[in-house]
Amino acid sequence: MYEAVIGLEVHVQLATESKMFSGSSTQFGQAPNTQASLIDLAMPGVLPTPNAKAFEMAVKFGLAIDAEIGRTSVFDRKNYFYPDLPKGYQISQFDAPIVGPGHVIIQLEDGETKRINVTRAHLEEDAGKSIHDAFDGLTGVDLNRAGTPLLEIVSEPELASAKEAVAYLRVIHSLIRYLEISDGNMAEGSMRCDCNVSIRPKGSQALGTRTEIKNVNSFRFVEKAINSEINRQIEILEDGGRVIQETRLYDPDRDETRSMRSKEEANDYRYFPDPDLLPVVLDEAFIQACRDALPELPAARKVRYTETYGITDYDASVLVADRDIADYFAKVAEASGEGKLAANWVMGSVMAELNQQDVSITEFPVTASDLAQLIQRVSDQTLNSKTAKTVFEALLNREGSVDDIIQARGLVQVTDTGAIEAIVDEVIAENPDQVANYRQATEDKRGKMLGFFVGQVMKKSQGKANPQAVNQILASKLSD
Amino acid sequence: MSDLTQHTLLELQSQLQSGAISSVELTSTFLARIERLNPTLNAFITVTESQALAQAQAADAARAAGTAGPLTGLPIAHKDLFCTDGVLTSCASKMLSNFVAPYDAHVVRACQEAGMVMLGKLNMDEFAMGSSNENSFYGPVKNPWDLKRVPGGSSGGSAAAVAASMTPIATGTDTGGSIRQPAAFTGTSGLKPTYGRVSRFGMVAYASSLDQGGLIGKSAADLALGLGVIAGHDPRDSTSADQPVPDYTATLTDSIQGLKIGLPDAFFDERLDARMQARMEAVMDAYRALGAELVPVKLPHVAEAIPAYYVIAPAEASANLSRFDGVRYGHRADSPADLTDLYERSRGEGFSSEVKRRILIGTYALSEGYFDAYYKKAQQIRRLIQQDFTHAFTECDLLLSPTTPSTAFQIGAKSDDPVAMYLEDIYTVATNLAGLPGGCFPSGLVDGLPTGYQLTGPAFSEARLLNAAHQLQQTTDWHLATPEEITHV
Repeated sequence: MYEAVIGLEVHVQLATESKMFSGSSTQFGQAPNTQASLIDLAMPGVLPTPNAKAFEMAVKFGLAIDAEIGRTSVFDRKNYFYPDLPKGYQISQFDAPIVGPGHVIIQLEDGETKRINVTRAHLEEDAGKSIHDAFDGLTGVDLNRAGTPLLEIVSEPELASAKEAVAYLRVIHSLIRYLEISDGNMAEGSMRCDCNVSIRPKGSQALGTRTEIKNVNSFRFVEKAINSEINRQIEILEDGGRVIQETRLYDPDRDETRSMRSKEEANDYRYFPDPDLLPVVLDEAFIQACRDALPELPAARKVRYTETYGITDYDASVLVADRDIADYFAKVAEASGEGKLAANWVMGSVMAELNQQDVSITEFPVTASDLAQLIQRVSDQTLNSKTAKTVFEALLNREGSVDDIIQARGLVQVTDTGAIEAIVDEVIAENPDQVANYRQATEDKRGKMLGFFVGQVMKKSQGKANPQAVNQILASKLSD
Repeated sequence: MSDLTQHTLLELQSQLQSGAISSVELTSTFLARIERLNPTLNAFITVTESQALAQAQAADAARAAGTAGPLTGLPIAHKDLFCTDGVLTSCASKMLSNFVAPYDAHVVRACQEAGMVMLGKLNMDEFAMGSSNENSFYGPVKNPWDLKRVPGGSSGGSAAAVAASMTPIATGTDTGGSIRQPAAFTGTSGLKPTYGRVSRFGMVAYASSLDQGGLIGKSAADLALGLGVIAGHDPRDSTSADQPVPDYTATLTDSIQGLKIGLPDAFFDERLDARMQARMEAVMDAYRALGAELVPVKLPHVAEAIPAYYVIAPAEASANLSRFDGVRYGHRADSPADLTDLYERSRGEGFSSEVKRRILIGTYALSEGYFDAYYKKAQQIRRLIQQDFTHAFTECDLLLSPTTPSTAFQIGAKSDDPVAMYLEDIYTVATNLAGLPGGCFPSGLVDGLPTGYQLTGPAFSEARLLNAAHQLQQTTDWHLATPEEITHV
């Protein structure tokens, strides 16, 4: 039996307006090389000047994971040649990162929590992009991304499964979104993940040889890539082979990792302090200002939601993971006065719809006040669960306010027993055979058979009859 | 003196201000002299004639309109590693022999904004690596005092151009002595300011923690005038000092009575030629006569300066020169087979052997397993040297030493022996390692060739340093010596 040892290096593009060391815009999706200044192009003689906003964002992250803040951090040059790295070195931090050891808490599937230590987080600049498929036999270089600030967050190898790795990644994602230091968009590359994976016999203390899977760009792929790499390593060991330390790439189409370069081919990056940049010294006042500007973080909000809205730990942890969804839920719960119902709706229909439409809650057609009103109409028995669904779908189609839709579609629930009795009588009269069968059946079979009559009544009432009343009246009339 | 080109910057300034001459006249006169002498001396890589005349016309117009500043209309030339918008900026390398810079260096812009006229771009050792100016893609620069000799380097073109009166003043850069050594070899005055005093923005980097832009001119007073233009804080250079810029000319005439001048023991040993020693004695006597007090001081670690320098400078250079990869600008190999071939041939063809040597030394010094033994050790030595100077300046105001062990050597004499060439910097590199201001000023001839003495001061003591040098130039005539006029061209 083997166990996996996993550590993640997460690269987060910081949401600064300009680049780490130049004044160019960091906006995504612009025409190639339109956001590359003389500095980004590494023209002879140009010099880097650091972006103070990036320090602020890095410090906020450090404070959010309860980390030591590097009072003096140093930028180093990481040397390697590649066409999308204009200077021939990347400015990074090696010996003295801006964020030292910290930790996060992840929620495991069995409801337990686990502390994952974060080794460090450091500031660096992103490279440009090489485009290999646009020009026949040539490679294009787009330097728009070159120099975008990155925070590289390095975990300790304390994750024991692909699921734990994803849970950790989700916590990091949640934090950077709460802190508003990155949009965390993995598809656009604002958050990228390198996974270090090794396996060892269960119970063993020694670490196995690790491989690094580079640049995995979705939560799902992180899980799949790690699982496929764990399986690959197990197969190697069981066949009596040895895992080779190397860098690998995950191919989602074939669900396998492939060798990119071995340790022997690995670069000697020849890190040394960048003489163009002075050490960054952060004083207490700066750090305190960052601390004062911290928003309420997911852990605190989770506690508050369970206390304020009477929802379960689990529901709260799902709801607070995304700051915008958490805000949305809170508005619904406040306005409807129904915490549990609000949680059910948001975690059910709303999240399902968000996933299906692949939109964010901020662009969602059903506003929090719409949903609150819908919940109120259920509470006051104007709607039943079936008609409530109909209204929700109408809201998705932007058909108007909840009451307008109820009005327009005539969806007011029928709770008048006289009206329901009349329909029940009709149904009994129209289905003499079923009635006879019902009356002959034993008690334990009757429950199931009642469903037929309920369906008929609901159909005749166009779904508006109060289902509880229908059940009651039917049961009493049929047993006559 | 009837020939305008023989005047100092200050003299030309007063003639422009009095209206005795126009900037166009002045500029034309220098351009004509450059045209006559450059084929022999090879001091200029590019002469920007039409641009210079246009700037001169603008300067004259500004003077007529009453908007001229103190330096408006005065000519200057820039070492060819200062980027100049629209003008070839080659660093004397094949690598950048096709590189027209798209922007102006801070220094170039500052001179332009002061109304100065750029005559052209000056030859140098490739990427500022060298002490003889023999290492240039554009060929060696000749020393105007003896055409068979080197002018020193790497700012050899700047020194030769000033010595031969092709420009009244020139910019240079000094990483390990590249302003002071050529100033010594050509009988000119040179100043390397405090690290951070002059912005490095637009100055193509050799060794970023040591490089500093400065000036070579005909007198200490001219350097004071020029420094006021190029010094100052620049937010585009993070290592630029946010320190006020004093009026360096205002304190030139201050008395130096009681000035304490330290004589570092390490710089007056047996390596110094007896006749060079005699020139130093003459300088000491002249300073004593001005009321300065000469005191012995110790710099215990400066003997290690050369090895430390030749680890740190190449290490930084190895990264600084990585951007020259044939991808975005500069020399690019013909029809590369693949990426590796593009890199290897572009760089192999674009750099000379001295540049390659330093990249290799630097790459080695930074390599895994060697970093501690070389780079880290060198940085430790650097800190000890900085402490030596700090301590020395508790005992004196300025340090006096020779600039070079000998006078200018013959072209070719050291070009096959890199270590002998590196030892040229023996008296100058410690100043760079400590980031201090250093000046070289003429100290008389030996065998018809110039010698120079060096003053080193605490950080940001340029005003004091130039004051001391100027006072000496008031009582001596060494700085007035000029090479015999070149007529056989």
